Amino acid sequence: MSNLLRNSLLLVLAASPVLVTAQDLSGDNIRSLDGQVQEIKSDVLSIASELNTLEERLLFPSHTQVSLFVSIGQDEEFRLDAVQLEINGELASHHIYSFKELDALQNGGVQKIYTGNLTTGEHQLNVTMIGKLKNGKDFNESGSFVFTKGVKPKALGITLAGPGFGSGGIKVGDW
Amino acid sequence: MSRLSLLLANLLLVLLAAMPARAEDLNDLYFGEALYFAHQGLYFEALERLDTEVLQHKQIDEPELDSLFVHIDDAKFSLGDFELRYRMHHRAGRAIRAVLEGAVDEVVRNDAAYRLARIHFQKQQMEDALLALDRVDGEIPEAIRDDIEFLRANVYLAQGKQLESVDVLKSLKNSDEYSGFASYNLGIAYLQNGQRALAIEQLDRAGQIQTRDASELAIRDKSNLVLGTVLLENGEFERSLPYLNRVRLDGPFSNQALLSAGWAAMSVEDFERAVVPWSILVDREITDSATQEALLALPYAYGKLNIHGRAAIHYGRALDSFGAEIQKLNASVDSIRDGKFLEALVREEIRQNKDWVIRLRTLPETPETYYLMDLLASHDFQTGLQNYLDLADLRRKLLTWGGGFDAYDEIVEIRTGHYEPLLPDVDEQFRKLDSRMRLRVEQHKTLVKRRDDLLTSPRPEFLATPEEQMLLERIAVLEAKAAMNFASNEQTLVRLQRLKGVLSYTLRTEYHARLTEFDKNVRNLDQAMAMVQGEYDEYVRNRQAVTHSFEGYEKPMRRLRAEVEQSVEEIDRLMARQGHLLEVLAIEKLVARRDHLENYGDKARFALADSYDRATQAQARLSETP
Repeated sequence: MSNLLRNSLLLVLAASPVLVTAQDLSGDNIRSLDGQVQEIKSDVLSIASELNTLEERLLFPSHTQVSLFVSIGQDEEFRLDAVQLEINGELASHHIYSFKELDALQNGGVQKIYTGNLTTGEHQLNVTMIGKLKNGKDFNESGSFVFTKGVKPKALGITLAGPGFGSGGIKVGDW
Repeated sequence: MSRLSLLLANLLLVLLAAMPARAEDLNDLYFGEALYFAHQGLYFEALERLDTEVLQHKQIDEPELDSLFVHIDDAKFSLGDFELRYRMHHRAGRAIRAVLEGAVDEVVRNDAAYRLARIHFQKQQMEDALLALDRVDGEIPEAIRDDIEFLRANVYLAQGKQLESVDVLKSLKNSDEYSGFASYNLGIAYLQNGQRALAIEQLDRAGQIQTRDASELAIRDKSNLVLGTVLLENGEFERSLPYLNRVRLDGPFSNQALLSAGWAAMSVEDFERAVVPWSILVDREITDSATQEALLALPYAYGKLNIHGRAAIHYGRALDSFGAEIQKLNASVDSIRDGKFLEALVREEIRQNKDWVIRLRTLPETPETYYLMDLLASHDFQTGLQNYLDLADLRRKLLTWGGGFDAYDEIVEIRTGHYEPLLPDVDEQFRKLDSRMRLRVEQHKTLVKRRDDLLTSPRPEFLATPEEQMLLERIAVLEAKAAMNFASNEQTLVRLQRLKGVLSYTLRTEYHARLTEFDKNVRNLDQAMAMVQGEYDEYVRNRQAVTHSFEGYEKPMRRLRAEVEQSVEEIDRLMARQGHLLEVLAIEKLVARRDHLENYGDKARFALADSYDRATQAQARLSETP
């Protein structure tokens, strides 16, 4: 049984301070595979980029392309639950936000919420946002905007702010 | 302990990997979109967006007019960050190095140098990390001042330069962010440098920090456990006990501390005191190696106290527990060999929970993951595991894209079928219209030029009406005839002159009015021509768009389809290798634990028999006693 004490001490020592514990036997194999995984990641990223460009060209040609982006104004503390967009009276997008998505927006992320095709000329955009204020009260706000689609791709930014906080409301502008 | 081991193993990386900065006053939507994905942990999507955006920015003739221009340094930093977070260390740093070597101000350059050093550290390239840190000079951003020093200290520690590390860590004693970690690491640096007394003093200090922060409490426990272990190893059993007792009973290091406290007491032959921690420990999570050892150690202590009956009961309990755990381990090995471990690892729903690896054990037919926690916490296994999960994600993406090609082909086919029969007639009509259009454009140009010429050198005859022009021509003919005919009388010539004079008078006196009218008509024509030109241009654009809507897709689609298929094949190959490696490592670990438990079982069996004998002998002695 005295071996038990020695073994136990060895176990304790195994838990003593080391910066990194690596599986030495498998380390080389894993590192070699790691390099190959990084290569395939790079290849797939390049496929994704090319495919997206091709897809955009096929589905949303530049002369009819319209993209709408959503962002949240700085220092806004309201909770955005959903956004609904209508273009010329037709439902274009209805997005319900997950916690992660909302967090990403609050940290300065910009969401591409809609990409579609429109003819050149004037169009009507209706934006509705649903959310909750810091005091727990539900709110629902809408805005109606007119924008002009030219021959170039159109990108519109929709900046949302909770009512009663900051400048408030829904703002739409060219980007 | 296992979860915290994982936490501590990754602690440094977590501390060093700063989140992408909030894009204040963001001007570039696509950079914002990349951040939107990055903040959700979707680094593949973030990289794909930002890489394309930065590439397009580089190809622009006047980049200063591009919306990314003001963010380009941030964008390059973020590219490096995203690549790092997506575990693409080979690529990470490329963009940051470009910033570092560019003409940027001190603050930006120092930030870049720090980020580059962090990348080298994570790639375990310590010399390069130090070289990058040495480039930090002049004004340092306040937010990363301590980060730089903490990184420097860790690079020194990783290089075995404890003395240098000690100097740096001392300077972080008052850091808000790093004081706890620096204090512990300083103790470790002293220890590794052979400065035992200083190490004990420092770890003692780190083991008494007042804090409510969970990670600092864990560091405090670890300091006490390490210090207790160092003393125990050195035979200073009594002295080790207070430090081991300082470890919180509900903390992640408590099992190991309880086990060591028991052995320290045993070593000074204070068997009763050894029973106390071990009695607590035997009722804890059975898969923990400290608990399993305590199952054997507790009856050993009872034996020393000559309570052989109780010792026998506990040895029996230990045997039962070991037997059950060996069965569990065998089932776990079988489950891994059947591929259940890898199947469970890639299940999306279980990964929604932050403790997903632990939750694997709740799934049917999956291995007992508690036994794998140490392995899961190791850097190489983590790398392998994350790579396996990334490969599985990539595979899912590629299969989805692969499914889209048929739909794209169908779109192109429908468009081709619709437009191709229409286009020859449309093009024929357009050619006719085009030649008429060109003629009118030339006529318009001539009229504009004539108007412009008349403004600088007046020519009244140019503004004559068709009737006047006919009359002028007739007069000219008659004048010529008169000149040839000597018989013409003087009166005829005078009449011709008079008629010519009347016409000239009209042309000259009405010249300005006629020029104004002409100008007005040319301007109206300008408008009409502009409208026609607009329609012409729109037609050309639409005609081009029609061509672009179905032509030029076949080759790239075919190539991309082949690339997707090849990538899936390559990923399948890599996943098989990576998965096999993970399975082998997991099985090795489980088999080692099983062998260990079987060894414990043998000892328990022998000790159980011995305890029964001794208990029986004691009972016999008692009965013999009158």
